[in-house]
Amino acid sequence: MSETLPVSAIKNGTVIDHIAPGQALRIIHLLGLQNSTNKVTIGLHLPSKSMGSKDLIKIESRILSDAEANEIVVFSPAATINVIRDFEVQEKVRTRLPSSMKRVFLCPNSACITHSESVASYFYIAEDRKQIKLTCHYCEKSFDRDQVRVSI
Amino acid sequence: MAVNSLYKKSIVSAKDLSLEEWRLIVSTAQRFKAGKPTLSLKDKVIAHCFFESSTRTRLSFEAATLRLGGKVIGFTNSDDLSTQKGETLYDTMRVIAGYSDLIVIRHPLEGAAALSKEAASCPVINAGDGANQHPTQALLDLFAIQECQKDINGLSIALVGDLKYGRTIHSFTELCSLFDVRLYLVSPETLALPESVCDIMKKRGIRFSFHQSLEDVIPKVDVLYMTRIQQERFSRSEYQLVRDQFILTPGVLLKAKPHLKILHPLPRVNEISKEVDETPYAYYFEQAANAVPVRQALLSLILNENLGI
Repeated sequence: MSETLPVSAIKNGTVIDHIAPGQALRIIHLLGLQNSTNKVTIGLHLPSKSMGSKDLIKIESRILSDAEANEIVVFSPAATINVIRDFEVQEKVRTRLPSSMKRVFLCPNSACITHSESVASYFYIAEDRKQIKLTCHYCEKSFDRDQVRVSI
Repeated sequence: MAVNSLYKKSIVSAKDLSLEEWRLIVSTAQRFKAGKPTLSLKDKVIAHCFFESSTRTRLSFEAATLRLGGKVIGFTNSDDLSTQKGETLYDTMRVIAGYSDLIVIRHPLEGAAALSKEAASCPVINAGDGANQHPTQALLDLFAIQECQKDINGLSIALVGDLKYGRTIHSFTELCSLFDVRLYLVSPETLALPESVCDIMKKRGIRFSFHQSLEDVIPKVDVLYMTRIQQERFSRSEYQLVRDQFILTPGVLLKAKPHLKILHPLPRVNEISKEVDETPYAYYFEQAANAVPVRQALLSLILNENLGI
């Protein structure tokens, strides 16, 4: 049986690989790709030697900003982001965890003011013992990344 | 001239305060306590926005304002406000900031003070936001400890009761990171200090340990900080059980250090028996009396750039 993935190559754009399984759709929404005209290929639960299973996104004709690339790390710390030109990897994007994110997450604390006022959520982000921790700017509660739902 | 970094500063969380600011608040509060005020609130209007009931906090802020020649506007419950017509807290605070020089807010929702700070063009003091923070109570608690023990550094302090939902405790532990203290956390398992607060203490190097017996801890500590266990957190039978575990009587204090002082943010229900009031350990009423000079210090430092000394 062929080992080749049934995913077409892109000429110019961005490939986000080694996404933690299940996170690709969140990243699609994070980047607003569901509403864009870019051609997008999504692979879910693809076999991976290093991860066992992974998601993958290929975006035709779009280069991510540094801020967009950094936000992807919050959803999938091991994700790799490559810029493609003429079917070749032109650049491996170096990412770092952003210090904060606005609007993306919903505070799990039901007593937080963000649930009763029309205010953009605002979380501080930090890595602690290989876990990504989010702290709400408003109610000051801290959560593991997996405890926090996304608003996208 | 000494720099007043509290000038025009909002106090939303205990972590907003530095050691230098703590020292400035203490020295200013001590002058007020000694009857040597150097700062005033003349011509200043302080808005007291209490969306939730309060006795001590509201009245001590009011007394502090009036004693310094300031004026108070505000409300003591939200029943008659435009928020009942659907106005947002953000809009309400923005409007009230136009009428006043400083806003003191208590609100049942966590983060309400942080949002008010964003909305208001004047400084905001958090007088309690849900189970989150009550930084001025923590300030006066530590001021009381400073007054009765002379130095906070090196002390062993037991925090007893509801450590999970007590906003005062959360602010107190954060403020403790300015000092070299050892904390004993005494509570029923279900009311233990939240993991996120413990994580902050670990990062800041505060030493602490968990306990479920008051008797085991009393001989080791210099300060016993009691809090109320709220009945609504338990079923009736569970409440009876945990309540009786954490009642302080003169008998429980037999092995206490001679200089031990007992603090309580008040109101108490039955966690400190009345007989303890007569022991040399009781300090909670003195602690409560410190509320006025500490809040005088805070209000006057936020609204006067020049320290006047």
